[in-house]
Amino acid sequence: MASTTWGGGAERGYDMSLWYDSRPLKIGWFTMLAAVGAEVVFQRVFGYSHGLDSMTPEFETVWMGLWRFNVISNIIFSAATLGWIWSTRDRNVANVDPKTELKRYFYWMMWLAIYVFGVYWAGSYTLEQDASWHQVIIRDTSFTASHIIAFYFTFPLYITCGVASYLYAMTRLPQFSKAVSFPLVGAIVGPMMILPNVGLNEWGHAFWFVDELFAAPLHWGFVTLGWCGLFGGTGGVAAQIVARMSNLCDVVWNNESKDCLHVIPY
Amino acid sequence: MALFRTAEIIKASKLPPEGVRLSRMIDAVYFLPIAYLGVFATFHMHFDLLAGDWDFWIDWKDRQFWVTVTPIVEVMYPGAIMYYFWTFYRQPFGATLSITGLLVGKWITIVFAWYWWANFPANFVMPASMVSSALILDATLLLTRSWMLTAIFGVWAFAMMFNPTQYAIFGYSHQPVVIDGQLMSLADYMGFTFVRTGTPEYIRIIEVGSLRTFGGHTVWISAFFSAFVSMLVFTIWWQIGHFVGQSFFWVKGKRGVMSRMNDTMIVGTDEFAQRHGTPDGIAPGARVAARTAATTIS
Repeated sequence: MASTTWGGGAERGYDMSLWYDSRPLKIGWFTMLAAVGAEVVFQRVFGYSHGLDSMTPEFETVWMGLWRFNVISNIIFSAATLGWIWSTRDRNVANVDPKTELKRYFYWMMWLAIYVFGVYWAGSYTLEQDASWHQVIIRDTSFTASHIIAFYFTFPLYITCGVASYLYAMTRLPQFSKAVSFPLVGAIVGPMMILPNVGLNEWGHAFWFVDELFAAPLHWGFVTLGWCGLFGGTGGVAAQIVARMSNLCDVVWNNESKDCLHVIPY
Repeated sequence: MALFRTAEIIKASKLPPEGVRLSRMIDAVYFLPIAYLGVFATFHMHFDLLAGDWDFWIDWKDRQFWVTVTPIVEVMYPGAIMYYFWTFYRQPFGATLSITGLLVGKWITIVFAWYWWANFPANFVMPASMVSSALILDATLLLTRSWMLTAIFGVWAFAMMFNPTQYAIFGYSHQPVVIDGQLMSLADYMGFTFVRTGTPEYIRIIEVGSLRTFGGHTVWISAFFSAFVSMLVFTIWWQIGHFVGQSFFWVKGKRGVMSRMNDTMIVGTDEFAQRHGTPDGIAPGARVAARTAATTIS
């Protein structure tokens, strides 16, 4: 049965569900869209009415309330996701069946896709939205109506998804369980370090009060760490995925020996 | 000769329809949600934080800095992405993919943030477009098949074409107007109307030198200088594409020492077998050939 795949497959005489299932991607992608979308709508509703002066009681209630919600919900999401991936790990990953490994590669790519979607919200949408807001509203706190969603919701969200991607590979995929992938480390750790760089950013904004020159050198830490994303989407990680899946296909359909799968000595 | 040789490639893979379908699903999951979104998310951040202010505002789209800064910053990512798609897949669309991705990211934000939240009119915050420059850059790589010639000629055209291609979009804003006895451009007037938190700093930067000129040679001098720097930057970013394209693993040996394993990309090939040997001493290619021959005989 191949009901979980678009375009079917059963009528073609093979069962796609043995190596492909798109449900996790759809669930993850649309859940993230709904979550960030809800926060963006919150900004539109309460931005001008309660978010202009951090000294007011309503700011404390509405905006710092959202900040607390963001921090707590991200901690819960992170603990639940990483805990689930670790507790359901494959204890015999070296002997995984090639077709199952192919399916796991698709699942892993879906994790990466959701991670990248999180990077989009953090590095593309909320980042430039921050420029628009702070050209209108002079900041009187580091916890502005823009930052509370950018830095304390979307940033931890994509970091959790990135670490989850790494952990999934480590616990389910033979190559990544036995060795450390240089580009994967770069693709996860580089963008992850953008959150600590917020500390530098806020320190600089408090010290120089640069409101708001976006191309200022103070922001260049974000840029260089963002470059590390190139290791993933269009770099070594993609090359590793393609190379491995190509070999797996040869084993499954071209009767190639499993020797070609033993890249990393076990 | 057909433009696309997909059928030949599929035949060479020797995969059955199920395997071919799987490879197409890799494309579906990888290229759009991972590669394209990943490129435009990080490229957008890169561009905003290195040249964003010049792109945010119509009164920053001046004749000197805007023309100089934008191509230099925008050619960086295409350099790396072009390396990746050209070297790994022989696909000449790295620059177009990067630049269109950047524009998608920009326009989503313009509608939902600049217009909807911050209430700026769209024509005041409209981004520049380098799509035509990107097409020239990709076409140069496709025709010359040389990254060095692309750096020299393609990138030169990429930067030099920037101002002319923006003219149809932003030319109106450079018209002179007299407001309260002061001569200024329409863009300046729009800038003074929409006061921003960064306005004092903006005025300090834009008032430098001859930036407020209405025309003349300034823009071409700037474009030429920008093209020169862009060529150098492109070569560096092509190499960055090489750097981030590395696919090696760190492997822990029997004695606990970590070492690099570089050639994971060639596993399963004759080259790998020649370097490392195989358990039965037969290279994979030879094994497949032998099996095919045996099948044919039987």
